[in-house]
Amino acid sequence: MDLILFYLKKLFTVLKNEVLVLPSRVVVVLFFIFLLLLPVFTKDSYLLRIFTLTSIFAILAASWDLLSGFTGQMNFGHALFFGVGAYGAALLNLHGHIPPWGTIPLGALGAVLAGLIIGIPCLRLRGTYLALTTLAFPIILIGIIYAFPNFTGGELGISGVARLARSRVANYYIAVVVMLGLCTIMWKITDSNTGIIFHAIREDELAVRAAGINTTRYKLLAFCLSGFFAGVSGGLYAHFMRIAGPSTLEVSMSFQVVIWAIFGGIVTIYGPVGAVFILFPLLEFLRFWQDYRTLMFACVILVILLYMPDGLFRWLRDKIEKECPRCKIRNIAMRNTCRVCTAPLD
Amino acid sequence: MALIIDIIISGLISGSVYALLAIGFSLIFGVARIVNFAHTAFYMVAAYCIYVVTQKMGFHPMWGMVAAIVLVTLLGIISYKVLINPIREHEGAVLIATIALAMIFQEVMSLIFTGTYLSVPSLVKGYFTILGVKVFFQQLLTFFAALLVMAVLWVLLMRTKLGLAIRSTAQDREVANLMGINEARVAMMTMGLSVGLAAFTGAIVVPLTILQPHMWMHPLIMMMAVVVLGGLGSLKGSFLGAYILGFAEALVVFLAPMGAYLKGSVALSVMIVVLLIRPEGLFGVYFEEER
Repeated sequence: MDLILFYLKKLFTVLKNEVLVLPSRVVVVLFFIFLLLLPVFTKDSYLLRIFTLTSIFAILAASWDLLSGFTGQMNFGHALFFGVGAYGAALLNLHGHIPPWGTIPLGALGAVLAGLIIGIPCLRLRGTYLALTTLAFPIILIGIIYAFPNFTGGELGISGVARLARSRVANYYIAVVVMLGLCTIMWKITDSNTGIIFHAIREDELAVRAAGINTTRYKLLAFCLSGFFAGVSGGLYAHFMRIAGPSTLEVSMSFQVVIWAIFGGIVTIYGPVGAVFILFPLLEFLRFWQDYRTLMFACVILVILLYMPDGLFRWLRDKIEKECPRCKIRNIAMRNTCRVCTAPLD
Repeated sequence: MALIIDIIISGLISGSVYALLAIGFSLIFGVARIVNFAHTAFYMVAAYCIYVVTQKMGFHPMWGMVAAIVLVTLLGIISYKVLINPIREHEGAVLIATIALAMIFQEVMSLIFTGTYLSVPSLVKGYFTILGVKVFFQQLLTFFAALLVMAVLWVLLMRTKLGLAIRSTAQDREVANLMGINEARVAMMTMGLSVGLAAFTGAIVVPLTILQPHMWMHPLIMMMAVVVLGGLGSLKGSFLGAYILGFAEALVVFLAPMGAYLKGSVALSVMIVVLLIRPEGLFGVYFEEER
């Protein structure tokens, strides 16, 4: 009893002293609560479907940020991981009769393997070379899929994949909980020692190598981790849509991921997730304008970028919070002194 | 025998198209460090421009070419000035700005021309036969025009003052600036040159292909593969890489079963194999990362 009381007290203290003091943290908590409670208020299956898909793509965008944002390995073929995850899960489900909870991790492992395979030639490349080379891999796979239609379903893809869960609400909860969990894990990874090394590789690879760190191993690790998360989202997508088609591997899919991540602000994890939650529903909302949908989408992105080239969420965060010049802790913009070290904020 | 001639013609033409596109792309990358994903979208716009001038207004195709090149170059310079120049310091933002630009062009074209397949008559009619294979004069014209433009570009880059400015800005932007080269103006002129090349490519290739709003995707990927294969910023490399990939594609299409599906895959695999052996591409110079 005492233990529970202690933990409750601790939770309350953390909430009061760490969460409520910063608007960005409050927003994150509200976001969690909103997503978890949404089906209580509405059972609208169209709305739930949009949010399920949004959650699935949020994992994908965040995994791109882990690889390309944090580690700086510009990957323009992220659809490869997504597609391998989707196709892997679909094939295992249809031919191996494994239920979704087994196929999704196995498909993700397939994506990890893909990450290893493309990581090994790509580790010798840098910057733009890497970006342009990675663009090629999903297209090679698409060619192979088209060339062997008996096994892969060709242009039509593999249909008849098992449902994720029976009802729409259950589907929604699976996607949302997996998304929140994986994104928290990714955020934790970027905050750990490994994450710091990832970040350092992005800033200055030579210096990291000079510090005695095997950068090749860490870059490969980043490829695998990112491939795993993207593979999970691909598997979820295949089971939710009940089809794994070549559209999961298309160039536009890879571009879409990059657009989401950069729009939200890279090197943040929360940026890409937030961007997907804004842009994907926006695209659906513009549906009543069918013909002008993609045009409007592109225009919105261009205009926002002109004013916030660092990404929407970083811009917003810089507006409502400022960093203490002495102890580097973030404070709400209204404060005059730092909440920890009481140094004056300018 | 007829097969060999088919392969040679198809390889030469797609090779020249990729070479022109890749040279334009690597020019603007070299000078301004802009990865212009909209490069082939300009090529598509030029193709539609010719369609409008020849089919809708009924002018001679020659005027179509001139109009397309002038208008698309202007479009390129305007979009550079308005959209790309203000955010040039932010690499990521430039990347998706060019992707968004390409999407906008694609959408506008499919709004106006409704995504149906269109075609344009060739500039010169007629054909002759070698060993039973029809060779259209338009194909020869496309090939030689591409070679001519590449030669002109070579002279421009190697023998004129503008070319010297472009090459030195590509080598080192800051030092070029210190030497009194107006770097911003050189970047703008290079953008014009690069988009102009894309427009010219569109103009000479449009009679041989089918017009549709998604026609920029495949050349974009092949162009990037060519640039990486040949080495970023190397004109010689782009030239050679383009013909290697063009012939690889042609060989697969004519020889392999399911070739039409596999052509992209095989060409891109060729690129990856070359990169495994030479990470900097065929003629790329391995320059240390700017720190």
